[in-house]
Amino acid sequence: MNAESSVSAPLSAPVAASQSGEPAPRIDLLRIAQWIAPGSRVLDLGCGDGRLLAYLQQTRQVRGAGVEIDDEQVIAAVRRGVSVIQQNLEGGLALFDDAQFDTVVLSQTLQSMRHTEHILREMARVARYGIVSFPNFGYWPHGWSILAGRMPVNDQMPYEWYDTPNIHLCTLRDFQILAARLGLRITDLAAFRGEREIRYLRGWRSMLAVYRFESPAGARS
Amino acid sequence: MTKPAVSADPAASAPTTDRPPVPAGSVGYVSPQFLSFDEPLTLASGQVLPSYSLAVETYGELNAARSNAVLICHALNASHHVAGLEADAPHQSGWWDNMVGPGKAVDTDRFFVVGVNNLGSCFGSTGPTTVNPATGQPWGASFPLLTVEDWVHAQERVADHFGIERFAAVMGGSLGGMQALSWAITCPERVGDCVVVASTARLSAQNIAFNEVARRAILTDPDFCDGDYYARGVVPVNGLSVARMVGHITYQSDEVMASKFGRAQRKPGPNGQYHYSYDVEFEVESYLRHQGEKFSRYFDANTYLLLTRALDYFDPARACGGDLARALAPVQARFLLVSFTTDWRFAPEHSREMVQALLKNHREVTYAEIDAPHGHDAFLLGDARYHAIVQGYYDGIARRLGLGDRRRTTGVLAQ
Repeated sequence: MNAESSVSAPLSAPVAASQSGEPAPRIDLLRIAQWIAPGSRVLDLGCGDGRLLAYLQQTRQVRGAGVEIDDEQVIAAVRRGVSVIQQNLEGGLALFDDAQFDTVVLSQTLQSMRHTEHILREMARVARYGIVSFPNFGYWPHGWSILAGRMPVNDQMPYEWYDTPNIHLCTLRDFQILAARLGLRITDLAAFRGEREIRYLRGWRSMLAVYRFESPAGARS
Repeated sequence: MTKPAVSADPAASAPTTDRPPVPAGSVGYVSPQFLSFDEPLTLASGQVLPSYSLAVETYGELNAARSNAVLICHALNASHHVAGLEADAPHQSGWWDNMVGPGKAVDTDRFFVVGVNNLGSCFGSTGPTTVNPATGQPWGASFPLLTVEDWVHAQERVADHFGIERFAAVMGGSLGGMQALSWAITCPERVGDCVVVASTARLSAQNIAFNEVARRAILTDPDFCDGDYYARGVVPVNGLSVARMVGHITYQSDEVMASKFGRAQRKPGPNGQYHYSYDVEFEVESYLRHQGEKFSRYFDANTYLLLTRALDYFDPARACGGDLARALAPVQARFLLVSFTTDWRFAPEHSREMVQALLKNHREVTYAEIDAPHGHDAFLLGDARYHAIVQGYYDGIARRLGLGDRRRTTGVLAQ
């Protein structure tokens, strides 16, 4: 489960990829891919240029669809041969049926959404498994930064307080408490700092958390 | 049975000196062929058309496997002349010339593109203006009413004529998009990809209402003569003009009309005074009247009635108790749908309904909602994002079919 030594792209790898010779996906996306069953149906919310879905189609033969709002990203995803639906996630997932997918992914987007609970509920509705990644606000240097009187700014959260899209930052425990309240059963957690997976004291030492959860509906079936 | 095509191609291949040069990315000078079909066609209404002809233009070359064909379906007032310059009228470029050509989004370097004039239309296909062989007179008002499904069945024989078992894609905007959707439902095994732009799976009450106003304008024009105006040498110019004026309003957004015309006066009196009359006072009136009059010179009134009625009738979900997802169950094609945020004729909700129904059937769907200001007309215009989506999508079709890489980019997306 942890053989990721071939990864060479940094976490913030640029997305300019040619048709052939795509760089390997980021380490967190590789981990997400490991959690997805071959041949299953995947919905990628905020799919960007479709890189994860293209990778999943090639390596795990998934049948996938992405949701993305940005014009340029939608064009990039289409060029990549990924099915993408242009839509604002804040509007919910009304286009999608209950349990239409096996897994729904929300990669590094939760923290910038206004309706956090709503999107998590919607994810649990449309798929049995959900995967969510977000920057960990509990990363210990953040505390140091705040003690020094400044909001933290780093590679994972490269914004000043006044221009950040990240309006709902949380720690690992914060997320777990919300997940429990929504009836989402957490099945897996992976945590990263840059290209490295963090296995101990993840709440303090990781910059990016990736959770996999099972929806209450999925757990009943 | 299909007869060989009668083609005017030699005229196209013999350039004359007074023709303007062919611009880059154009398919060049083109001429229609007229395909005749003698096998009777049973229509949705139960009526039978004993024989019919369809006007067709093609661009690019059909490959040996006959796998690279794209059918382009037209909207209300357009024709088989999709791209290029008309050999007999060099200034008439095709209605989707910005979309179809060598190096354009629908790339004729790799795809064989077929444009067909709908049955019942007035640009060379059998319709109210053509002669009914049973009477020797123009069909006029006695031409049978048609549905979108009838068009698909009529066009199937065009595919047979070219030996195309399965289209790489069937594509259309507005009414053409409805035809493309109907192709995917009616002949699921013959459509690889379906591209539906600014369209709908059924008209709303408001859509039907606008069509009804247009039809009433024509039907109540004294020169309509119950549809047999040909024999009397008249044309219901006023009715047709008003019908077009109403239609034209629905093709544009409030925003575009405001920026084009605002409240600008046509020929204001001294100090901008009004004329206090019902003549043209504002620019927008002048524009609409001009559009209406122009239209009435080249379009046939009976055809306008017939086409708008076919629009009204289109409702594939009707046979499934209104459940569009069930109606789309036979579909095999992958789909690209595009809508425009300012299109209030077929607003994005119409497209989203189709997306939702296709997803329910686990079909592969790509959907782009383009924030263009131009309203419904945007599907004919050159928004770069729109063209990039269509181009990217067709390049994907070409990849899957092994049609090779794009050799050039021309038109809207050329640098």
